[in-house]
Amino acid sequence: MFEGTVPLSHYLMLSATLFVIGIVGVLIRRNVIVVFMSIEIMLNAVNISLIAFDNYMNLSSGQIFSFMVMCVAAAEVSVGLAIIIALHRNKPTVNLDEFNLLKW
Amino acid sequence: MELLIFYPLAGFCVVLALGVVFNNSPVGSAISLIGMMLGLSGVFVLQQAHFIAILQIIIYAGAIMVLFMFVIMLLNLKKGDDAGWIARERNLLLSVLTGLLAVGILYKISDVLFSAQMDTPATLPDSFGTVANIGETLFTDFVLPFEVASILLLAAMVGAVVLAKTKLD
Repeated sequence: MFEGTVPLSHYLMLSATLFVIGIVGVLIRRNVIVVFMSIEIMLNAVNISLIAFDNYMNLSSGQIFSFMVMCVAAAEVSVGLAIIIALHRNKPTVNLDEFNLLKW
Repeated sequence: MELLIFYPLAGFCVVLALGVVFNNSPVGSAISLIGMMLGLSGVFVLQQAHFIAILQIIIYAGAIMVLFMFVIMLLNLKKGDDAGWIARERNLLLSVLTGLLAVGILYKISDVLFSAQMDTPATLPDSFGTVANIGETLFTDFVLPFEVASILLLAAMVGAVVLAKTKLD
């Protein structure tokens, strides 16, 4: 039953499951930091499927792409956390519902 | 044999990802996320992408999560700072809709995936996913994106310093 290698569809299912968990986190949590972590889950989920296709087709470009995703994630996290600190300095809360200054 | 490693690893990742979303304390979420990153690097090793697996540990579980923990400690977030997510009005509706969306997406994707006609996978050379192989591709075909990424990281560094500075003059 457990013979052979892992089929592509299993990796894609894992990727889709993690992506959906990330979406759920972004939609139902209101803590800024946890929403941010859910976005990281989504980025990671995409990396799994990129590398799975790479492995399936014997390419290297997917791995380069996931490397770039990691670069962008690092940049995003540093700027995003700086924004969170700046926001927290103006208004001492992390609840996203309280930040509605730009809402009309 | 690979499947025997894959299923527990995938289950571990999914459980910890759920732990990130449904944990009440931000520190608990961050620790679950670190565990998930480590599990994912195991998945990458299973996919023969050794270099990316190491990068996953160094960049995500190392650098990014340290930054997260640092900010959580700095802001002194306590357990249940957003405990309102259950009691908030219309949250029940939103949660039900989110659940429906999640189930729908997963159903559709699994439906498409398991009825798809897949080719046979390519046979992999021994050099697949090694540092030498990735480095060669990175510095021949992808030199420009690599340089652009360095500029992006520099800009992000400057931006983070400027944003987190107390007073701008």
